[in-house]
Amino acid sequence: MTDVLELKDLRITYQTQGGGVPAVRGVDLTVRKGEVIGLAGESGCGKSTIAAAVLRLLPNDTTVEGDIVLEGEDIMSLSPSKLRAVRWTGASIIFQGAQHSLNPVQRVGEQIAEAIVVHGQAREREAMVRVGSLFEQVGLPPRRKDAYPHELSGGQKQRVMIAMALACQPSLVIADEPTTALDVMVQAQVLRLLKQLQRDLELSMIFITHDLSVLVEVSDRLAIMYAGRIIEEGPAEQVFHTPKHPYTTALAAAFPEIGDRRFRGNPTGLGGDPPDPQHIPTGCSFHPRCALRFDDCVTHDPGLFDAGPGRRAACLLVSGAHAGSADGAAT
Amino acid sequence: MGTLGYIARKVGAALLTLVFVMALNFFLFRIAGDPISQLTRSARLTPADQEALREDLGICQPPPGEARCSVIGHAATFPAYLRETLTGNFGVSVQSGDKVTTLIAERFWRTLLLLGLGTVFAIVIGILIGIRGAWKRGSFFDKSTLYGSMTLYSMPEGWLGMLLILLFGSLLAIFPSSGFQSPGNLSGFDQVADIANHLFLPVLVLTLGYIGEYAIVMRASLLEMMGEDFVQTARAKGVPDRLVRRNHAVPNAILPTFTLVFLSFGFVVGGAIIVESVFSYPGLGQLTYQAINTQDYPVLQAVFLISSAAVILFNLLADILYGHLDPRIRSA
Amino acid sequence: MDTSTTPTTEVLDEPRLPTKTPSARRITWLRRRRALAGYWRAYKRNKQGMIGLVLLLIIIALALLAPFLFDKAQIGVSTSTGERLAAPSSSNWLGTDKFGRDIVAMLAYGARISLLVGLAATIGTMAIGAVVGITAGYAGGKTDTFLNFLTNCFLVIPWIPLAIVLVALMGRGVWNIILVIAITSWAGTARLVRAQALTVKERTYVERARALGAGDWHLVSRHVLPNVFPVLFSNMVLAVSLAILSETTLALLGLGDPNTVSWGTMIGDSFEAGAIVAGYWWWIIPPGLCLIAVTLSFTMCGYALDEILNPKLRQR
Repeated sequence: MTDVLELKDLRITYQTQGGGVPAVRGVDLTVRKGEVIGLAGESGCGKSTIAAAVLRLLPNDTTVEGDIVLEGEDIMSLSPSKLRAVRWTGASIIFQGAQHSLNPVQRVGEQIAEAIVVHGQAREREAMVRVGSLFEQVGLPPRRKDAYPHELSGGQKQRVMIAMALACQPSLVIADEPTTALDVMVQAQVLRLLKQLQRDLELSMIFITHDLSVLVEVSDRLAIMYAGRIIEEGPAEQVFHTPKHPYTTALAAAFPEIGDRRFRGNPTGLGGDPPDPQHIPTGCSFHPRCALRFDDCVTHDPGLFDAGPGRRAACLLVSGAHAGSADGAAT
Repeated sequence: MGTLGYIARKVGAALLTLVFVMALNFFLFRIAGDPISQLTRSARLTPADQEALREDLGICQPPPGEARCSVIGHAATFPAYLRETLTGNFGVSVQSGDKVTTLIAERFWRTLLLLGLGTVFAIVIGILIGIRGAWKRGSFFDKSTLYGSMTLYSMPEGWLGMLLILLFGSLLAIFPSSGFQSPGNLSGFDQVADIANHLFLPVLVLTLGYIGEYAIVMRASLLEMMGEDFVQTARAKGVPDRLVRRNHAVPNAILPTFTLVFLSFGFVVGGAIIVESVFSYPGLGQLTYQAINTQDYPVLQAVFLISSAAVILFNLLADILYGHLDPRIRSA
Repeated sequence: MDTSTTPTTEVLDEPRLPTKTPSARRITWLRRRRALAGYWRAYKRNKQGMIGLVLLLIIIALALLAPFLFDKAQIGVSTSTGERLAAPSSSNWLGTDKFGRDIVAMLAYGARISLLVGLAATIGTMAIGAVVGITAGYAGGKTDTFLNFLTNCFLVIPWIPLAIVLVALMGRGVWNIILVIAITSWAGTARLVRAQALTVKERTYVERARALGAGDWHLVSRHVLPNVFPVLFSNMVLAVSLAILSETTLALLGLGDPNTVSWGTMIGDSFEAGAIVAGYWWWIIPPGLCLIAVTLSFTMCGYALDEILNPKLRQR
């Protein structure tokens, strides 16, 4: 299998009036062809920042270090015109909040056709025909392409966003919390649609959400982020059902799978707040909230340790240097 | 619903406003001040003339033995007032003795020309400056136009006009500083050139007077839009900056600016009155200026009515255009 | 849960209240004062706002010090002793007008009238606008429909023709002019306040207060007014510029108060006396520059306040 996207030691720092704010602190991630990576974590952990970085959509004064290689192209060193060419054809994003991501005074069809025309894939009229078939693919009546965003429901707008993301047949689709603002019923429909499209079109995807129970259904592999780093990754089912990192355990518990005996009568929430990016705790950044914390956690910053075939976790308990196992956290 | 319903609503509102303006005009000129007794103060009218004028305009005749009409007596004349006003009878100018309608008719298009040119230039240039400033935020262009806009906005138009006359009319003697055209018979191209020459300074003042406000609002509005998610979406799609601006940021940013342009139109009309007075430009503004100084009430009330009606009409057209630009309004 | 102290949970600048529970009124007062101090800190960082403020303070100082710097007789039509229409010289730095009045002295005294007109007319504008806006937004129903219609009418009616008519009917005294400016310019404020009052009315705490039996006046003074105030305040500062410019416009049309000296009437007088054609630039230019300075200062302060008080417009 070939790699569609490769992130190597990615570090991203936002500039604010109060100084630099590190949002991503050294992330390695690989997406293979046809694979769905689920990226999870609480808000502010840097997952959406990564999505924006892949298309270089971050504010100009943001410092980005490390490598972003998309389809063999080094995104960081592309010229502005090359970059524009890669956007939406190399990777596209299904933005969160379709409400605000669509231009309110332009017909939705034109907004999708614009992407096709800009990349020279078709002329205006053919592009509109393609928009029609894209609409069918995402389960919208093709005549709705003449609607303005305010004439569509939330779910319909999200479908428009999905159609838009597919418009230029990108190598990678990044779904950035695609269901956050939707009703539960609509969420389920949109998820089903995304899953089906992924299977039919063999899409390579990064699926971003804080809802692990959603991710485990759609992803091949999971990567859990905390405070700007990946703290656990591995095959989706395994990570979800037998987490190695106490944070993953807590995150999985926050979204219990219906019918899963482990959670019955034992709702385990996660106390405390995510750390302030400007004041990241010493040692393991999760230690102030960790129930299994011991003295070394305050001073030792764990890297990702191997934790079984295809699995890694950033916890001193996994390193083997310490007795015991994080599995205990799940019970 | 839809476009037709929207237009019908707007036309209805405009008509209601017009009725309000007429009622206000009636109140100010008939009840708060009896026009005929006002006239007799500033001009000499024989009792027979007064009688005829009251007859002609349908103004209340004071009961025998009393000097003035009661409020009720005046109110009873409202239908007559409506009839005369709607048929365009505003009486006779105290100063010149001409029919007010004639005076206005021969000046109206000159004012329209001045106002039209001034407004169009101010809107177009102001918006372009605002767009460029916002797009190149913090650049030298942005900073200098922002401070320039604020200074222009703070400047009384009349004074600006006087300054330009001092500079271009008196000192450099490049442009004529008064009138609409030179005396003598010019025709064809020469006449057009002559009028353009006379229009230059008044139009410049009117343009400069409003450019600043439009530029500031357009800039602020565009800056706000550039932070919106849909602009980010357009960038992500690989749309070149030029098109992101043209197709996404500007069409949305222009809407609030448009609202301001409507609202300021009443001010622009005022600006035109000042500018015409300063430049002795023979339009409605100068007519107003002369009417103030000669207490020519029939002219003043006609100018008030006509300028209000013009602004109401312009607002109506602008509302309809706005509905065309913003699809959300039409179906609201 | 046992947490070792993390820097994030510590809010250091939160003043500790005394352990004895202070009265609600005192808490409110403390909170307001803290908010005010915060606004001032934000204002100080705004370069444009500070330039405007300094400029404004200079003009106010000029207005206040006028009687100490110049003899009032120098600006009287019949009491001035200067040569008529004298060009700037060492005795009259900016020359004299057609009555031999010293231009510099007129500028100093004129600052008082221009500021008076600006501030008084603005207070009038705000008062009418706030009353109409709050009544409309708060009362709703037919009252709202009517007041909203009235507001829209006054928004559309061009102000100069209406002002001309009113001044012509009422007379040219300075207080009449102030009143006329207020009458012709309240509509924008009323619309703004109405919109704000409507959103405040929808908020849950107002509903809750109403459910607890709070009276109309209590609701308006405790909940609606404090929330409307930020919008009103920045709007007010901007309105001062407009009022001062309006006075100038009226003066240019020959509708200024003939018995007082303001920067507006100075320009109006010079225009009427044909100063442009005669080239008396020293009579025309200085009052205009002063007007630019004062309106610019109010505008700059107003924009700065708007950015700080109305966070929706704040830069992200």
